[in-house]
Amino acid sequence: MLNYAASRIVQTIIVLLVISFIAFLLVANIGDPLAALLSADATVNERLELIAKLGLDQPLWTRFLHFIGNMLQGDFGFSYRTQDPVANLIAERLPATVELAFVSLLITIVVGVPAGIYCGVNPNSLFGRFIMLISTAGITLPNFVVGILLIAVFSVQLGLLPSFGRGTVVDLGFWKTGLLSVSGWRAIFLPAATLSTFQVAFIIRMLRTQLMEVGQSEHIRFARARGLSEARIWYVYAIKNTLLPVITMLGLQLGNIIAFSVVTENVFAWPGLGSLFLQSIQGADIPVIAIYLIFVGLVFMVINLIVELLYPLIDARVLRRQS
Amino acid sequence: MTPVVSTSAAGPVRRSRGSKLLRAMRRAPGPTLCAIVIIALLIYAFVVPLFSLNPFEFSGMSVLDSFIPPAWMADGSPDFPLGTDDQGRNLITAMAYGMRTSIIVGFLSVTIGLVLGGSLGLIAGFVGGKVDAFIMRVADVQLAYPALLLAMIIDGAARAALGAERSVGTAIAIVVMSIGIAFWVQYARTIRSSVMIERDQDYVSAARITGRSNLAIIVLHILPNVMAPVLVIATINLGIAIITEATLSFLGIGIPVTSPSLGTLIRNGNNFLQSGEWWISVWPCLVLVLFVVSVNILGDHLRDVYNPRLRGRS
Repeated sequence: MLNYAASRIVQTIIVLLVISFIAFLLVANIGDPLAALLSADATVNERLELIAKLGLDQPLWTRFLHFIGNMLQGDFGFSYRTQDPVANLIAERLPATVELAFVSLLITIVVGVPAGIYCGVNPNSLFGRFIMLISTAGITLPNFVVGILLIAVFSVQLGLLPSFGRGTVVDLGFWKTGLLSVSGWRAIFLPAATLSTFQVAFIIRMLRTQLMEVGQSEHIRFARARGLSEARIWYVYAIKNTLLPVITMLGLQLGNIIAFSVVTENVFAWPGLGSLFLQSIQGADIPVIAIYLIFVGLVFMVINLIVELLYPLIDARVLRRQS
Repeated sequence: MTPVVSTSAAGPVRRSRGSKLLRAMRRAPGPTLCAIVIIALLIYAFVVPLFSLNPFEFSGMSVLDSFIPPAWMADGSPDFPLGTDDQGRNLITAMAYGMRTSIIVGFLSVTIGLVLGGSLGLIAGFVGGKVDAFIMRVADVQLAYPALLLAMIIDGAARAALGAERSVGTAIAIVVMSIGIAFWVQYARTIRSSVMIERDQDYVSAARITGRSNLAIIVLHILPNVMAPVLVIATINLGIAIITEATLSFLGIGIPVTSPSLGTLIRNGNNFLQSGEWWISVWPCLVLVLFVVSVNILGDHLRDVYNPRLRGRS
């Protein structure tokens, strides 16, 4: 187990270094930091000072090591667009995106898991087929189309829910949360529903396929032969065997949540990381794009790692296959 | 006896190719309907622009007609069945132009991805060893990112590298390249695994013995045998590519407003959603969804008919 964990961790670190190097190359080769950070009437001395401060006179490898070193100390460079430290920009936007992702995960679990289990246990029932039809739509509809349709119906036609912003935000000192006020919950509902559409649809289909497969397996037929109740067979024995793929899927979908959050945040003017990233792309703000690239890679790889290291705890056969 | 059996077997096999498709169509009215929808939309997108002024040039607009709702609503006009947008463009004409751009861009980006991923997959599978390991590690790193996000990042980097001076052509090229690069991995992996099986076949050895060069073996002998599954994947990816392009354009980092795609139209319409002019964004949304859903259903169906082994993969 320790060997397995160690080799996975080393692999993850190598991939992250490669990603950091690509991000560094972006910063080093695209855009002109001097033009972006100096005022138009800067003197030659100010120019040379900045070159020395940014280390632009050093060889590439030294600069890369500096880049990594600075990053480990929490110094992510400066935005070309706003001149602010990238770390501050990210810290300011992070809570909004984390809360959005959290609520959409909540919706995925509360709506998707029961619906998926229902479809898996009763695949041929009318309601089960109806759910599948809806989930097919949920998988193919582009994220921004879902957002626009939800706004058109719930904000514009019915006037029930707000279509932009976070509502009343409570400042906890280290974290600005919208989840402590009624208007915050009202504001987060439509964007979180939009963001979770794909996940909900995906998990329903996944649970259904898994449960239908498990339902045919030896141990379920044996349980049935022993005369256990249908409820006990499905909800205790069958579901246990679908846990692994479902947890994997929830973990791996996090990357998609991050990508779609860029779109969703744009539709609902949600002031999170996704909006920051989009503004950076529109403004060719390479330092922020590069850090975002590393940040997303880090989140995604760490989640992957956790999911993989959790495998053996859920299913001991995985470990045996590894060794 | 043997020759008789082989000829009688060869005949029906050849003929059943075509009839198998037809039978599947008859058995599957859904995909048939989708094919009809796709053809109808293609005709709409490529024929309407031939008979109308380009609404995205001055001659084609008339601001007096702006914000007219669909014909059946109170202020609607029979001249504009689906209404007009903020510049007085007939939405039916505007969407035909938008859809034409969407389809062309989607098709080009799938081609780029197919050529790029296909070549890398062929090389990786045929050469093997360190080259293979390198290409596949790059693919692994790329898979750490969702394709949509990657397309955005490539798009952003290309925009930054090329500066503010961009023509419409460059903007479209950037989008096509970004989406193509974001999707090469799937083609490369599929082709690579088929090539690794094919390269040990007798016909490859035979070609090598007759003195064929490696390039000739790859292109003339192996390629035709590994194309089928990737072409099916490409069909399915056409829908995804069109959605990705629409998403980029909706976010304002895709196709510019002067020659808009459906995504650009939706982005524009979104500005008027709050004030009640829902039709400017909702119609392009529906056309986009109709087309993409049809392409997806047909693609899935083709995959099941031609290559049942791929069923269940996405």
